[in-house]
Amino acid sequence: MAQASFADQGADLELSGIRKEFPGFLAIEDLDLVVPAGSFFALLGPSGCGKTTTLRIVAGLEPPTRGRVLIGGNDVTHLKAYRRPVNTVFQSYALFPHLSVLQNVAFGLKRRHISGADSDAHEALRLVELDHVADRKPQQLSGGQQQRVALARAIVNRPSLLLLDEPLGALDLKLRRQMQLELKKIQSQVGLTFVHVTHDQEEAMTMADTVAVMNHGRIEQLGAPADLYELPKTAFVADFLGQSNLFRGTVSSASARSVVVDVAGQSLTVPANRSVRDHGDLTIGVRPEKSQMHAGSAQHPADHNVIEGGRVAEVSYSGVSTQYTVQFPSLGRVVVFQQNADSGGPVAAGTQVSVSWPIESTFGLHDHRTIDVTAAANDAQEG
Amino acid sequence: MALAGFANTSSRRTSAPMRRSRVAILLLLPGLAYLGLFFLAPLVSLVITSFEAPNPESFDIGSYVYSFQWQNYVAGVAEYWPIFLRSFVFAIIATVAALIIGYPIAYFIGVFLRGRASLQAFTLILVVAPFFISFLLRTLAWKQILGDDGWLVTTLKSLSIMPADGHITGTAFSVIFGLTYNFIPFMVLPIYASLERLDLRYLEASSDLYARPTTTFLKVTLPLSMPGVVSGTLLTFIPASGDYINASDDFLGGPSTQMVGNQIQANFLKLLDYPMAAVLSVVLMVIIMGVVTFYVRRSGTEDLV
Ligand SMILES: Nc1ncnc2c1ncn2[C@@H]1O[C@H](COP(=O)(O)OP(=O)(O)OP(=O)(O)O)[C@@H](O)[C@H]1O
Ligand SMILES: [Mg+2]
Repeated sequence: MAQASFADQGADLELSGIRKEFPGFLAIEDLDLVVPAGSFFALLGPSGCGKTTTLRIVAGLEPPTRGRVLIGGNDVTHLKAYRRPVNTVFQSYALFPHLSVLQNVAFGLKRRHISGADSDAHEALRLVELDHVADRKPQQLSGGQQQRVALARAIVNRPSLLLLDEPLGALDLKLRRQMQLELKKIQSQVGLTFVHVTHDQEEAMTMADTVAVMNHGRIEQLGAPADLYELPKTAFVADFLGQSNLFRGTVSSASARSVVVDVAGQSLTVPANRSVRDHGDLTIGVRPEKSQMHAGSAQHPADHNVIEGGRVAEVSYSGVSTQYTVQFPSLGRVVVFQQNADSGGPVAAGTQVSVSWPIESTFGLHDHRTIDVTAAANDAQEG
Repeated sequence: MALAGFANTSSRRTSAPMRRSRVAILLLLPGLAYLGLFFLAPLVSLVITSFEAPNPESFDIGSYVYSFQWQNYVAGVAEYWPIFLRSFVFAIIATVAALIIGYPIAYFIGVFLRGRASLQAFTLILVVAPFFISFLLRTLAWKQILGDDGWLVTTLKSLSIMPADGHITGTAFSVIFGLTYNFIPFMVLPIYASLERLDLRYLEASSDLYARPTTTFLKVTLPLSMPGVVSGTLLTFIPASGDYINASDDFLGGPSTQMVGNQIQANFLKLLDYPMAAVLSVVLMVIIMGVVTFYVRRSGTEDLV
């Protein structure tokens, strides 16, 4: 069923009810996912959360314990890997050591008897700027070069679904940006479907149409990058995607428009449509760059949440902005990013300050995963 | 090759290579002495013997003197070339048969049983188990089974599958069978060692790139296990082509299945024609060396390991 030509468009991918158990380990709990044809989908998550396993199930290299995989509407759950219109850029590259770089890149084309395989392979190598090493063996290349060969070897096939498992991890920043642009160009020109696994949240945010944040074999949240950033739904997402100040409290009153939360004696408000809950315990949060820091006693607008009685604990100046860590006796540490647009220099450590932020920037989160966050951090350290 | 990048750093310290080479020579000394004593000296003695002529002053059989009698070689090749040919044909067939049987065994142990260490160890023991019994006894046992009075032949004859005057022993088949059987462990072990180290992710990458299982085998698995295949075939082919047990009348062979090894043995022990025995040995050695060199070059394994 392997097509004898290039895909002229992407295929959509649907995972329904996927579960994957390894002996004594549950890698994927229950995964439902739809990636529309022609979209750039990023899978983001901490180490060991099951990203590679997900891709392997899609590629047909690992059978799911339960659930179905559909590509372009066809159920491929039981289709062998070599029959699926999918190519993978492997995290470990897996370049054939006995073949030259060119032969590696032409491998997939030759298997499908596509004419002009070598010239296509050269073109793909030019794309990743490695045509000059076409005759070398993979072992004679640097890590970053090998990674680009792996990229070329998959892309050259123009599959309707391309799986990229941290394809740019070994590249320096400049090359990385350049390859990101190239990838985006290829993807949008041909309209292929990309599923891109990455640790780099900036990469995920800038490249993808849709980002899914994965944790412990589950998708925590899925959406457009800006939506995910502006309105995270769980404490894990709020913390993993960018940085957040999180406060855990109890809802003291709720109306149709807003929910008021009592956090260690301070009343903080979150818009009802930005909160996942309006009763009981609730974790609320805000992005550090949405927060303002005020020395001494200042007048605060009514539509702001304010917390008082902080003391600047750390100041880290980075040119454009300054990052302050403010210590509150009751709330713990709160991080504030302040633009250095105003003259006057940074506030000194030890200064008594209050912190405020607009109510409409506040989000109310599912917090039942806060424990998992630390578990994931431990996992990441062990792994 | 991957270490080439480090070469610059080490060459900066100029005195190091000198010191290292002196240590290397010191460490090599026992090995060199061993080679000189047990390889070079016998080889020289063998070559000298091959040029000897019968002692003109003595009528004793087996008395020879050195006289650069190069005609020995002409006589040897002229008389024995069909036997050389047969030896190599037998050895090649046995090697191919051992490869065809041994590769799947090695694949089974090295790839299929990957991750189940105790099963791997058990099957490996099964492969080498024949070594616990003497080569001669094993071959004799097969003579018992395949011989004219053995149960196999009697059964086949009573079922009229085999003509009444048919044999198994004494035929080319039984000699090649014996060679194959006896050298299979030499084939399996190196291939196993290769396949055991084979990174299965290459096979996955291959199937991700549209290669069917057979194509993956031919394009990825086989080339990557080539070092094992080359050493396995050499370890089988070299001893098989010089073997004198399987083809001998006393074991699985007969007069029409004589191999070079049998002729060397006969010339040396029975005819006491030491120069001829030496000639045959030298010619056998040279041919094997030629074949091996050609084979290793062709299979391009030098840069695989
Ligand atoms: N063959 C296996 N047997 C048992 N456990 C496995 C196997 N493969 C993966 N796992 C486990 O499944 C979990 C998910 O692994 P996976 O490789 O998908 O992580 P990942 O999200 O890709 O991580 P990383 O970002 O580090 O690549 C890990 O905890 C891993 O230990
Ligand atoms: Mg991974």
